Amino acid sequence: MTELSKTGAAVGEPVKASSDAPTAFLEVRDLKVHFPTDDGLVKSVDGVSFKVEKGKTLAIVGESGSGKSVTSLAVMGLHKLGARGKNVQISGEIWLDGKELVSAAPDEVRRLRGREMAMIFQDPLSAMHPYYTIGHQIVEAYRVHHDVSKKVARTRAIEMLDRVGIPEPTKRVDNYPHEFSGGMRQRAMIAMALVNNPELLIADEPTTALDVTVQAQILDLIRDLQKEFGSAVVMITHDLGVVAEIADDVLVMYGGRCVERGPVADIFEQPQHPYTWGLLGSMPRIDRETSERLIPVKGQPPSLINVPSGCAFHPRCPYADIPKGDVTRTVRPELTQVGTGHFSACHLSPEDRTRIWTEEIAPKL
Amino acid sequence: MSETKKSDVTVPAQASAPEAENDVLLKVQGLQKHFPIRKGVLQRQVGAVKAVDGIDFEVRRGETLGVVGESGCGKSTMGRVITRLQDPTGGSIHFEGKDITRLNTAGMRPLRRDIQMIFQDPYGSLNPRHTIGSIVSAPFRLQGVEPEGGVKKEVQRLLELVGLSPEHYNRYPHEFSGGQRQRIGIARALALKPKLVVADEPVSALDVSIQAQVVNLMDDLQQELGLTYVIIAHDLSVVRHVSDRIAVMYLGKIVELADRTSLYESPMHPYTKALMSAVPVPDPRRRGAKSERILLRGDVPSPIAPPPGCRFHTRCWKATEICKTTEPPLLELRPGQQVACHHPESFEDQAPQDTVLLTAAKEAAELVADEVLAESAETSAAVAAEVKAHAEPASEEVSKTSDGVSKTSDGVSKTSDEPESTDK
Repeated sequence: MTELSKTGAAVGEPVKASSDAPTAFLEVRDLKVHFPTDDGLVKSVDGVSFKVEKGKTLAIVGESGSGKSVTSLAVMGLHKLGARGKNVQISGEIWLDGKELVSAAPDEVRRLRGREMAMIFQDPLSAMHPYYTIGHQIVEAYRVHHDVSKKVARTRAIEMLDRVGIPEPTKRVDNYPHEFSGGMRQRAMIAMALVNNPELLIADEPTTALDVTVQAQILDLIRDLQKEFGSAVVMITHDLGVVAEIADDVLVMYGGRCVERGPVADIFEQPQHPYTWGLLGSMPRIDRETSERLIPVKGQPPSLINVPSGCAFHPRCPYADIPKGDVTRTVRPELTQVGTGHFSACHLSPEDRTRIWTEEIAPKL
Repeated sequence: MSETKKSDVTVPAQASAPEAENDVLLKVQGLQKHFPIRKGVLQRQVGAVKAVDGIDFEVRRGETLGVVGESGCGKSTMGRVITRLQDPTGGSIHFEGKDITRLNTAGMRPLRRDIQMIFQDPYGSLNPRHTIGSIVSAPFRLQGVEPEGGVKKEVQRLLELVGLSPEHYNRYPHEFSGGQRQRIGIARALALKPKLVVADEPVSALDVSIQAQVVNLMDDLQQELGLTYVIIAHDLSVVRHVSDRIAVMYLGKIVELADRTSLYESPMHPYTKALMSAVPVPDPRRRGAKSERILLRGDVPSPIAPPPGCRFHTRCWKATEICKTTEPPLLELRPGQQVACHHPESFEDQAPQDTVLLTAAKEAAELVADEVLAESAETSAAVAAEVKAHAEPASEEVSKTSDGVSKTSDGVSKTSDEPESTDK
């Protein structure tokens, strides 16, 4: 695991859908997830590609409805669940450790789910069954993938609860979810997700419902566990503070598409997309004294049924008129390389982008 | 938030008495709210959740007071009690010099137009069966106010004021996004031109970009209408951006109350310091700067049986014997900065030489980087030395306090006068 983690940052060339053998541990190529509804086709995810290596963390950021959660559910093979799931249309490729998951049989995905890939959800209270004890649920997750006795599995559950920092795990293992506090429930869910030592951990807003002090504990825990087990982590969040804290690479989503991705330092220090600028400008900073106004992104997030033509961000983009003609309204921008491992989908010329960022945006942040 | 208030902020409580009285819009003293726990057939009270347990503060006209704390610290209950949506168990609330603590419903009604609330959940706080027009005009109906030019025109003006279109008058809440609904809630709160607006987590349910829009809107409205805000939030970055003064709550108590700059630049209560350090900073270069971070272990204790003495002593790395037995009073240690702690940060220790609580210290010490401990020891030593050099009589008090735990409590109250003399 450690050798692999040396191979470094995860975001490579934009990959075209093809059946070439993948190079990264997790590789998603041109993933599309569409939900047909009475009102029209909801294009939740519309062509997203990324790679994550073992031992590395990819953060997916974006507003609600940008498709970040659906992307992660599709990787887990959970997009088919729920009322709308029956006629979901999915295309593209998801390669996990050399296996393709989109075309794989449900049984095969089920074998991987929980063992090789696991997920932490935002709301631990609704993600856990209120009727069973914490221990029961962890034991169940373990025994699905390991042919062991209940006693052995219980020992393993206690060991995991101890590892995630639950006090008195031998007693707490018999508690029900409602007897735990929010932070402890989140820890218990992490214990459940990690009981089979998965190599890919997907965390969907794992700390959004928690207080900052508990959030710091949980982020520390995820980081330590990642170091220990060498797992790849996909962290979905809207909090850029959390991103700066934990990510190696960042994928910025807007309207179901990736608008920018690159190494975390580049995203914060030389972002190349007006939407990323908007996110950075909207965020009040705790480390600075500013009485100045925030610079919000005007308008509302787009509808995923009628995604704006051309660049999906153009109705909200203050710079949409700079490129000549109506290219921003008619042509969908492709991801183009702007730096080492750094890609952006924007019609602005690199010179314009650098000028706007250094002269207009960065000084106000 | 606004330039107009800056002058108020810099004038701490020392301002001449009558002026200060006029300046204070809301004065809260010893406020308590206990929720009884009942058990058995007779529903006998067996305990109480002490959500708010004795807090004092003032809100001055035109300022924004931010209230922060972890969930369960009683900040929302405090908001509901000061607006009299819930009745306090003890203490008093004065609004514009008038005691409103025990006013009944009829007595409160004329005041309702002066005190308004913005709620956290933009989905739950608007009746889905009413149109926007009827929601925003409800305050006029209830108060029997006939605005100039008619209710409809006034409501449309309010909708425009908060950045919505007047055509939205006949629409229903479900047709709006979260950010727009929050704007509707704000329009309703502002309908009767209130003097005080209490906003309970006004932006926490919104996306970052929308959050910034609403924060800016509230800022603009304050400048335009001269509003006074009490903003309750758990997001310390938002609170820093919007507030003039900030109260930090822990388990039903205010542990620190200071103006924005003092609080964020040099927090004095260990809890404030830990809380600040836990906020992730959106700057990847500062990642792993572990020396800056204090990781609190465990959860907030139960408000049913809060720890004796200082409520934070069970999680505090500086706790000593006195913290376990004596509750530290909220004292103004620096001009404009009130702290309730026996061992404040970057300040002379209020109870030096006290026996360090080994259990708490042991547990906490491994979580606190050595640099932090060394730094806090250094600064408090330096400040103590300075104080001694400058104020001889005062330093005698300090040495007295160090003799024994029993004396310290009165020593604390005496030493509190020092900073004003020495800081000059």
